[in-house]
Parts: sequence; structure tokens; C-alpha cells
Amino acid sequence: MILQRIPTTLFVVGSSQILALAVALPVGVYAAMRPYSIFDQIANAVAFIGFSLPTFFTGLLLILIFSVNLGWLPFVYRTDIAATGWLWYWENFKQAIMPVTVLGLFQAASYTRYVRSAVLDVIRLDYVTTARSKGLGEGKVIVKHVVRNALIPVVTLVALQMPAVFGGAIVTEQIFRIPGIGSLLISSILANDTPVIMAVTFVFACLVVVFNLLADIIYGWLDPRISYR
Amino acid sequence: MAVASVVILTVLTSAVLLGPFIWRVPINEIDFTARLSTPGWQHPFGTDDLGQDLLARMLYGGRISLAVGFAAMAVAIVVGILIGAISGIARGSVDAVLMWITDLFLSLPQLPLLLLVIYLFRDFLKNMVGPEGGVFILIVLVIGGFRWMPVARLVRAQFLSLREKEFVEAARALGATTPRLVIRHILPNSLGPVIVAGTIDVAAAIIAESTLSFLGLGFPPDIPTWGRLLFDAKDYLDIAPHWALFAGAAIFLTVLAINFIGDGLRDALDPRKVM
Repeated sequence: MILQRIPTTLFVVGSSQILALAVALPVGVYAAMRPYSIFDQIANAVAFIGFSLPTFFTGLLLILIFSVNLGWLPFVYRTDIAATGWLWYWENFKQAIMPVTVLGLFQAASYTRYVRSAVLDVIRLDYVTTARSKGLGEGKVIVKHVVRNALIPVVTLVALQMPAVFGGAIVTEQIFRIPGIGSLLISSILANDTPVIMAVTFVFACLVVVFNLLADIIYGWLDPRISYR
Repeated sequence: MAVASVVILTVLTSAVLLGPFIWRVPINEIDFTARLSTPGWQHPFGTDDLGQDLLARMLYGGRISLAVGFAAMAVAIVVGILIGAISGIARGSVDAVLMWITDLFLSLPQLPLLLLVIYLFRDFLKNMVGPEGGVFILIVLVIGGFRWMPVARLVRAQFLSLREKEFVEAARALGATTPRLVIRHILPNSLGPVIVAGTIDVAAAIIAESTLSFLGLGFPPDIPTWGRLLFDAKDYLDIAPHWALFAGAAIFLTVLAINFIGDGLRDALDPRKVM
């Protein structure tokens, strides 16, 4: 039962994390390159609003706008889509848009602030000035020298956020009726089904541990000085 | 921004505290003729599926949501200060063990654990202090109990640096005992960052409470907290969107205002500027 539901949860959580990083990295880096510019202030304000909006409210808002008023997207997540081939992928993509957006943008809001401060810490260091004076282009300096070092605290944060992300996934799964392990947990609590509750909690704990391990491995890749022997 | 947020939060709090005395519609008056009516003069925020007035329910629910937020913050701060102060002043093995515990709590997935604890202890507390009080105590303790770690870390860091300062040395030379040193000299000086963390904890606790209620596992159905209102409203999104919008906007405004106040306080009390 749990094995059957894990892929759905991992798919939603994984793609929302990718979306969050895809939004937060460029925005945070760009905001840090021009601190206190208009772009920076707007990004800051939007990030603030983003993590003050609880996921269950944004979820309901999106359902209201895109499913009820516009009728573009389905609001019940299904795993038994009848179509095959490209149509199947398209249907899957369509139903995943809203949950992934809700979860991803909420995470992106807090990541943006951390990326910004991490980049700001690094960008004033001497080695960045050295790289510039070597005649490297601004893009190359930022991507190869600044971002790589700024990513270390960000990776820590992403790993530390993993429990919160799975918590958020429980809520999103409940709103969009996604058949993942989060909704399994809720329905088994409502049904007083103790063995299932214990099993699901255990699986959550394992997932959190696995992601922390992944973060440790990524450290080594980002900064070869950090290695475990 | 922070000043505007203080104004918004004051308006919201006073509305929630004084509102029920001015808007005297009972929260559970069922009126099927006014079922799911949209906002109008008789019902400023509209009504729900049983014809209950939403403004009255929002005001009542806001009291509980805000009370949970502040009470959970108090729990988190008291526990955090206690643990942080003990480990900061004791050092050695006590410090190491307490920090292990803090790290342990930090790596726990909070929401699943919250749900689990509530599932396990709900009935027990309900029998002891009644359904409303029991759930209130449980939710406050659980939310506060999972949010003290950042406070403990902050207090410990402050203690470690403050205990080496000259004024502490001077107080010790004057013969002050350790408890007096901690309470009169070190603790008041370490409270700046704690206030900031506490402000943000209120916002987090309000979100946590409404999340629980939204999942249907918070307060019993006859107590309309903001999260509960959203939970009830989500099945009627297509015919009565006003129901969800007002409750959601209330949560959003409160949390945003508190976060801005925390940010403003951080700028005002930045430890790097103070020291």
C-alpha cells in the first residue's frame, strides 16, 4: 500500500523542489548582484508574501481560479488515466501543475532569501575580485566562482527544509486529493488505523534521513575539501 | 512596513477581541433560508452551508487562532530559554547532551509527528479536561514543543559570548551567585534575538494550528477556527468562494503582518549592531 503511493509523493515533492530551486537560484543571485536595487526590493517583498501565504490557502485559490472559474486544469489528481502515449504524459503534466506550483513557490520564497544572503556573503570576498581582475567575464565569475561557493549553505538549508517540505506535501496532497503517502496518513488517522500510521511515519523518517545523506554527498561535490574518509 | 504591520495586527487583534461585543450574531444560529448567501448587509461576510453568519464565526475563530499562536510562542520561548540557558552556563557534558537533543528535535519531520502525537493523546486529554480545553492544551504544547530549538540555540550562543564579558566578570567578583548572574545579568542582555525569534514563532504557530484544523485534526467541528473554516469551505469552492476567501485572507494578513514586524525588529535589534 505504501510502496504503491510513494512514487506519487516523490514525484510531486521532487518536481516542486526542482521548480523552487529553478526560481530561487536565478532570482536570489540576480538580487544579490544588485543589492537594494528595485529588482531586489520587489523580489524581497514577493518572497515575504510567498512564505506568509499558507500552502492550503494558495492551493484553494489556484483551484478557485484555474479549475472553477477558468476550467483549465483538473482539481482531482488521478493515477488511473486511461489515455496512452503522449496524451498520458500531457494529462499527467496538467494535473501536476497546480500541486507542484503551490509547493514549489512556497519553498522558492524562503530559498530566495537564503540564496540572496549567501551570495551577498561570498560576492565581496577577495577571490572574486581576483577572478574579475584576471579579466573573466561577469557571467563566468558569478556562475563558476560565486554561485558554487554560495551553494554550500543553501544545500544545508534545503536538507534542513526537507521535513517541512514533506509536511507541506501532506497538506497539498489533501487539497488536491493526490493519492500519495501524506493523504494515506491523514485517512488512516481519521480511521484510527494505528499500524498504517506507524508505517507511514516511519517511511517519512526514512525519507528525511535519505535526503540528509544526499545533502552530505552534494557537499563533497561542491567543495572537494569537504570529504569523508 | 513594520509600522504598517503593527497597525494591521492591532486592528485585527482588537477586532477579534472586541468584535463579538459589537457584532452580536451567535456563531451557531442555523438559518437554512440564508444558506450559502454571498456577502451582503445582513451578513457582511456571507453565510456557510448551514446559514451560520461567517463574520461572527471568523471573529470567534480568530480569538482561538491568535490565542494558540501566542500561547505556543510562550511555551517555545520558555522551553528554549531554559534549555539554552542551562547548556550555555553549564558547558561540558550537560551542554553536549542538551545540544544533541536540540539537533534531534531539529531533524524531526514536524507535521507528521504533530499528527501522530495528536492522534495518540487526543482522547486521553479529552477525558481529563474536556474536549475544548484538552485540544487547546494539546495543540499549544505540541506546537510549542516542536518550535523551541532555534530559541535554545540562540540563547546558548548569546550565553557563551556574554559569560566571558567584563561586566559578568565584575558581577562575579562582587560575589554574585550563579543563578543571580544568569537571571540579573546575562539573561536580560541575551533577549534581543529571542524576541525576534518569538515573533516569527507566533506566525509559525498560527500556520501550524490552521494546518491542523485544515486537515480536520485540530479543534472539534463546532469550534470555528480559521483553518477549520477553510476546511469546511473547500468542498463548496465552486458555489461559495467567499467562505474560503475571508478565512484565508485573515490567516494571510495576520501571518504577513507578524513576519514584517519580526523583520523590522530584527533590523532594530540586530545583535551585530548592538554589540
